[in-house]
Amino acid sequence: MELLDGRFELKEIAKLEGHTDRVWSLAWNPATGVGGIPLVFASCSGDKTVRIWEQSPSSGSWNCKAVLEETHTRTVRSCAWSPNGKLLATASFDATTAIWENTGGDYECVSTLEGHENEIKSVAWNASGSLLATCSRDRTVWIWEVLPGNEYECVSVLQGHTQDVKMVQWHPTMDLLFSCSYDNTVKVWAGDDDNDDWHCVQTLDESNNGHSSTVWALSFNATGDKMVSCSDDLTLKIWETDETKLHSEAGYSPWRHTCTLSGYHDRTIFSVHWSRNGIIASGAADDAIRLFVENQEKGIDRSSFQLLFKKEKAHSMDVNSVQWSPGEKVLLASASDDGTIRIWELVPIS
Amino acid sequence: MVSGLINANPVVYQKKERRARNTPCDSDEYAVESIDQLEIFDHIRDIKDPEHPYSLEELKVITEDAVEVDDGLSYVRVTFTPTVEHCSMATIIGLCLRVKLMRSLPSRYKVDIRVAPGSHATEAAVNKQLNDKERVAAALENPNLLDMVDECLAPSYS
Repeated sequence: MELLDGRFELKEIAKLEGHTDRVWSLAWNPATGVGGIPLVFASCSGDKTVRIWEQSPSSGSWNCKAVLEETHTRTVRSCAWSPNGKLLATASFDATTAIWENTGGDYECVSTLEGHENEIKSVAWNASGSLLATCSRDRTVWIWEVLPGNEYECVSVLQGHTQDVKMVQWHPTMDLLFSCSYDNTVKVWAGDDDNDDWHCVQTLDESNNGHSSTVWALSFNATGDKMVSCSDDLTLKIWETDETKLHSEAGYSPWRHTCTLSGYHDRTIFSVHWSRNGIIASGAADDAIRLFVENQEKGIDRSSFQLLFKKEKAHSMDVNSVQWSPGEKVLLASASDDGTIRIWELVPIS
Repeated sequence: MVSGLINANPVVYQKKERRARNTPCDSDEYAVESIDQLEIFDHIRDIKDPEHPYSLEELKVITEDAVEVDDGLSYVRVTFTPTVEHCSMATIIGLCLRVKLMRSLPSRYKVDIRVAPGSHATEAAVNKQLNDKERVAAALENPNLLDMVDECLAPSYS
């Protein structure tokens, strides 16, 4: 699909209802959408539940296959699938993270991770599924090692953020952990050779063209040499690193700011996700979804991006999460304060 | 709350007379009535101060002019003025304003709450916290805090 040559729009293909409070977040199961396995995702909400949704391969319609309830006692803020799609981690304001095992359509809570002092805001698995990260209003980031028998051991408590930590994300190929915070910064954390000792290797803040208010989310491009972050300061920022150096003996190549997308958003940007085919989606408190693509013009040294499409009133309230699906046919899912999840298809305007 | 009041002797002002909202008599009774400044002010004027038996209006924490509304854009901004510069109740007052408007206005409304510029020692921090909906959501799941908010809102239901 030559994105810059044509005009595109987002076509709504489903509106999913069931949650009885705002939907905070959603996560696609990465092992679905290929080889005849139907697409599956999980959504989590202020109603203290997690819902599992599956697309029917024959009709294309979406059904709620399971409701995970009576485990978390407060808002479930974040959810994440392990890379093989067998485990789902859910993080709650009740200060616990639950691990659910998918056994042929049934979901059983097999582990509960305790330790944070208060609300957990985000949870993420590393690329190999051997490590889990959580972050909290208690200003810390915890790294958990996944052991046999559904055991989880905290291997590091990372301190450095001076405020509420909003999101953790692992690099798509390496064991580098990124956290973003109410303190306006993004921090990069790396482990030693055994992944036993973790420390902050870089802080992206206002002094290196970073954000001037809460950083809500970040996402990587497919190769992992570019990253986008979104903020309460109404901007998206693009960061780049030297991918070859990142994999070399030197171990770490710093990230540098290359582009700021400002003037596009009117209210807080809560979510940003970079698709494998290079489209950045953003979800914001102005109820809109926006899509951006990189300009491919030759001779431009610095990266620049342009708005591909803006979907006004994508939801009737704030858009909290936007996520591109895995699989052969790429769909966008969005979750909102209006309690619904919507599934979108990017189609050329004919 | 006898000892240790943040502001022991606040100035109390007289309440403004309630004006009847003037609706043109020849208007279409099925037309959607837009929400104006006075209607928003009526929703929040009787909220009780967290430490005094007076309303936010009586303490001039809020005035009608503190309410900006654009019904077309479904947008409301309330600017409140804490009674003292170091008022530690500022976030509670702001939370009460937010909750009251959340419960009173249609969900399409975007609401910003802020302290009046120059009226509070930690103005930026208070504003940031009041407009972080995740922290507001977490705060409202705290039963003690919710009780405090509900107590302040109780008179405004009468």
